[in-house]
Amino acid sequence: MLPEVLSENATALAISQQLPDAIVDAQMAADGPVFFIRPSQIVAVCRFLKDSGFEQISGITGVDWWPKEPRFEVIYLLHSLRHNARVRLSVRLGEHDESESVCCVWRGANWYEREVFDLFGISFRNHPNLERIMMPADWEGYPLRKDYPVHGHKYSYQEE
Amino acid sequence: MTEGKTHVASLDAQHELAVEDPSGIELADQHASARKMTLNMGPQHPSTHGVLRVVLELDGETILKARPEIGYLHTGIEKECEVKKYQQVVPLTDRVDYLSNLNNNLCYSLAVERLLGLEIPPMAQWMRVMLCELTRVSSHLIWLGTHALDIGAMSVYFYCFREREEIMKVFEMFSGQRMMTSYIRPGGLALEPPRGWHKVVSNLQERLARGIDEYENLLASNPIWVNRTKGVGMLPVDTMIELGVTGPMLRAAGVKTDARKDFPHSSYELFDFDVPTRKANDVYARFEVRIEEMRQSMRIVKQALDGMPAGRWQADAPHILLPDREQMKTQMESLIYHFKIVTEGYRVPAGSVYQVVESPRGELGYYVVSDGTANPHRVFMRTPSFGNLQSLGAMLEGVLIADSIAVMGSMDFVLGDVDR
Repeated sequence: MLPEVLSENATALAISQQLPDAIVDAQMAADGPVFFIRPSQIVAVCRFLKDSGFEQISGITGVDWWPKEPRFEVIYLLHSLRHNARVRLSVRLGEHDESESVCCVWRGANWYEREVFDLFGISFRNHPNLERIMMPADWEGYPLRKDYPVHGHKYSYQEE
Repeated sequence: MTEGKTHVASLDAQHELAVEDPSGIELADQHASARKMTLNMGPQHPSTHGVLRVVLELDGETILKARPEIGYLHTGIEKECEVKKYQQVVPLTDRVDYLSNLNNNLCYSLAVERLLGLEIPPMAQWMRVMLCELTRVSSHLIWLGTHALDIGAMSVYFYCFREREEIMKVFEMFSGQRMMTSYIRPGGLALEPPRGWHKVVSNLQERLARGIDEYENLLASNPIWVNRTKGVGMLPVDTMIELGVTGPMLRAAGVKTDARKDFPHSSYELFDFDVPTRKANDVYARFEVRIEEMRQSMRIVKQALDGMPAGRWQADAPHILLPDREQMKTQMESLIYHFKIVTEGYRVPAGSVYQVVESPRGELGYYVVSDGTANPHRVFMRTPSFGNLQSLGAMLEGVLIADSIAVMGSMDFVLGDVDR
């Protein structure tokens, strides 16, 4: 069942026709609607949207809602150059949940997913090279999590 | 020339070569695997313009595989934003892409203003457009100067930096700072435009409009430049789009995309300008596109100078903008607002927004999430350099090492923008 805010949104209607239970929720943001996608169907939705014109992934990022549950949100920013349109997808994940990689849909998702993995600690299944990208390879902890301190991490340069 | 600098072969590979055949002749067919060499370019390499490391797998002079390694300049700006108040984030945005700071200021301010539902007076909007276009020219001038220097044309560098300094002087006149201006803020501009700005900017506009032709003449028909840049660094357009390439690089591949036209903001829709594109998709085409963009920017600045509307430089929002100093001394209300903004900051209604502007490097986006407090819950910077750099590996495959310098220069990435 399509959420009420989306009842007139063409993209949402197209998705729900193809994948009836993919959209679980929706919100009206300042710049347009946000579709909340069922985690198990994110790849299918992305592939469908890519085929219908969203040829570029502008970015993938995370939001940590700790201590609320479900803890994480993974945001997909899609851009259609052909139709001059943008769509924002969101997947809600619990602390230990894994998400499915969308690298098979857009090659450009590779670095963005690595960044989310590096800074939030969210794993992506079937990612070709899921390694840290910003932080050193042996870093402990995930800096953009809300329970990670801004100052006073255990490692200090002054102690050396 | 350039390849001389990059010979920091991994010891193992060098050793193998030396043992197998000291002369290095006739090695080709017998020991193809021994010819393979891994070469580390950067992170301290002048032509990477920052701290980018590229691991190259080589067969002789040809690059078989290139793997960019980033993160050496990761400063955790996004994390820092989360503990700052909304107005305190502005100086941080300057430091992301330090060559086009006003575009970053603009993007962040627009995102916050959209969450707040603020209307900005026309004068402030036009002033923002004018300053952002000057930033675009100054950023392109640095790109042109350093790119030409990498390839071996030294004199262009000096001309470019001379003109860029003039633009910096204008920024200093407006904001008191050359580079880290923080001049565009949520709610309008930081300060009233200084007296006499119109004359200074119109002089600069005339000078730059003439200058652009000069720089083009210095390079466009220079045989060395043409040989080094034409037919180099090509990649299929579909692959580029899929990898997240935006901005001048995509326009040089024939895709007419520009956030100023596609998603108008800050009254860009009122200005008359073209989006230059080229079909060739090589380093030379990117040069042509950026030169043409500078001309278009000058057109926009001229229009802004001629039609600058009168009015206030800030929105009428006393709960967001610091009050006038004089009023603070005479009006109780202003004093209270000042106290509230400085100590508590202002609250932004809960919600999220993704705002896009066209930075000199491509699509710059700020994804701001508010939870209703005075600190942003999350600020994600979709920086153009990050997306563009992702295509470097694919673009360098099968290219000569010397050409990799030209390809990297044509991408015009800023490592602060990549690593954040």
